[in-house]
Amino acid sequence: MSALRPYAAILAVLAVLAVLPVVFTSGTMQNFLIFTLIVALAGQGWNLLGGYGGQFSFGHASFFGTGAYAIAILQERLGLNPWLALPIAIGLGALVGAVIGTLAFRARLRGSYFALVTLAFAEVFRIVANVLPVTGGAAGILIRLNVDPLNFQFADRAAFHWLTLLFLGAVMLLVRALERGRFGARLVAVRENEDAARALGVDVLRVKIAAITLSGAITAAAGCLYAQKFLYLDAMIAYGPWISVEALLAPIIGGLGTVFGPVLGAFVLHGIGELTKTWIATLTGGALPGVDLVLFGVLLIITVGFAPRGILGLLPRLRVRAA
Amino acid sequence: MSALLEVERVTMRFGGLTAVDDASMAVPEGAITGLIGPNGAGKTTLFAVISGFLAPTAGRVRYRGDDITDLSVHVRAERGIARTFQVVQPFAGLSVRENIAVGAYLRHAAREEALAAAGAVAERVGLTRMLDQQAGALTVAGRKRLELARALATEPTLLLLDEVLAGLNPSEIRDMIPVIRRIRDDGITILIVEHVMQAVMNLCDRVHVIAQGKLIAEGTPAEVARNPRVVEAYLGHGAAERMLRVQGGG
Repeated sequence: MSALRPYAAILAVLAVLAVLPVVFTSGTMQNFLIFTLIVALAGQGWNLLGGYGGQFSFGHASFFGTGAYAIAILQERLGLNPWLALPIAIGLGALVGAVIGTLAFRARLRGSYFALVTLAFAEVFRIVANVLPVTGGAAGILIRLNVDPLNFQFADRAAFHWLTLLFLGAVMLLVRALERGRFGARLVAVRENEDAARALGVDVLRVKIAAITLSGAITAAAGCLYAQKFLYLDAMIAYGPWISVEALLAPIIGGLGTVFGPVLGAFVLHGIGELTKTWIATLTGGALPGVDLVLFGVLLIITVGFAPRGILGLLPRLRVRAA
Repeated sequence: MSALLEVERVTMRFGGLTAVDDASMAVPEGAITGLIGPNGAGKTTLFAVISGFLAPTAGRVRYRGDDITDLSVHVRAERGIARTFQVVQPFAGLSVRENIAVGAYLRHAAREEALAAAGAVAERVGLTRMLDQQAGALTVAGRKRLELARALATEPTLLLLDEVLAGLNPSEIRDMIPVIRRIRDDGITILIVEHVMQAVMNLCDRVHVIAQGKLIAEGTPAEVARNPRVVEAYLGHGAAERMLRVQGGG
């Protein structure tokens, strides 16, 4: 049992998340939950590189979009079963991570320079995806509706919720395991001080490339789930800046470099975002598009200014530490 | 005593400035070797070349007879060369134990072993009581010990200490000197760059003196302290002669 103790809190949170679609049965609510879990998963990918490794990416859309497009294209253009396309799409996300990481980290880009380069990559992907025939160009790509679990499509929304949760849970357990091992220690050492890490025998370049590769794979998995949930992609959805922002906001607001940060952040962000949208709608009698984004901006400013370690950082006593 | 580390005719230029000029020295195995010199003499530069943080303009560095000049820092660490930093660099987000474990992971892949090794190293440098503190909360003296502990945790053969006593008060220095001596007695060869003369005199078996980029003297601490060139390097041209006159007259 003691070997499981570091993972108990994660399992408890997963159990609570698993019950949600049973408690909330409305379609809107269930869609909201699935979307939030997908954002949390993308945020886990970002958090591994940004939160633990200190390498702030502004272009995780590169990985999200690659996963989403890859699974959609393999399925629609090449007729591959989506379950088989899934690992390939995740692998491609990892590959994109490895390539961007190798180029950026070999060139010793850090801080805002690294962020800008990742943003540039994502924008290039977006522009290219917008014109290539294989991605459907500006018209986008539609995954045909064919409700069958063998086809990654479920009649029951709860099933997709649990599937997404399975991914999120596996990643959370993996991140906790990494956090407690050699790789996690080295990654944090690189974040805190590269020279000191190097002097202790840490191959800084290798650690960073490993982190961005894994980060790319995780965020690509979120892209795959998004594609299969909403069955439609265009360049703005897959490679748009929105997901780069979501992926970094969730962990920053929830708690950088913690397993629970991205999950908490995603729920707080989207919870408050949705509430504000409905509230504004009832108050003014009409929707106010983009009001949730204004709110995200305000939340980010408040977090960075007053709680640089996120919501979890405000509760140090409750923070479950790997003891 | 054979030389564990040899510096062969190392020159380091930054643009028009020659920080280290054709320096050669040897660090004998099992001893504490000091590298001293006045401010701006090139100590830190030579230290950076030896530890791999700077690639020299010319010259070679040999370790156990192998040319390591082109090896990167982390590979040197794997080979058994560890260093500390003058400006202490704790990993602020980690506890003392976790900080030391980062070094211990070089030889122990498993968490339990690395943490156990970290605990053992902490005892050697007197950090046992602070193991579960956040590294950022340590005092300067504590941080210096942590620097030492992390480097020791990589289980080095050669330990390079960069002003590990600078910034400590006299009583903290007195506490630290036996810790360093014990490391030597455990069989680890030490090269120490130091400002604090009390430490150099107390600790070092041999001392090299660098001034204006050139190695100007070598010997036991007592020999070096009497060397007129060393006195002049520290106190200015003609100082040795004046001192002799004063001593002769008094």
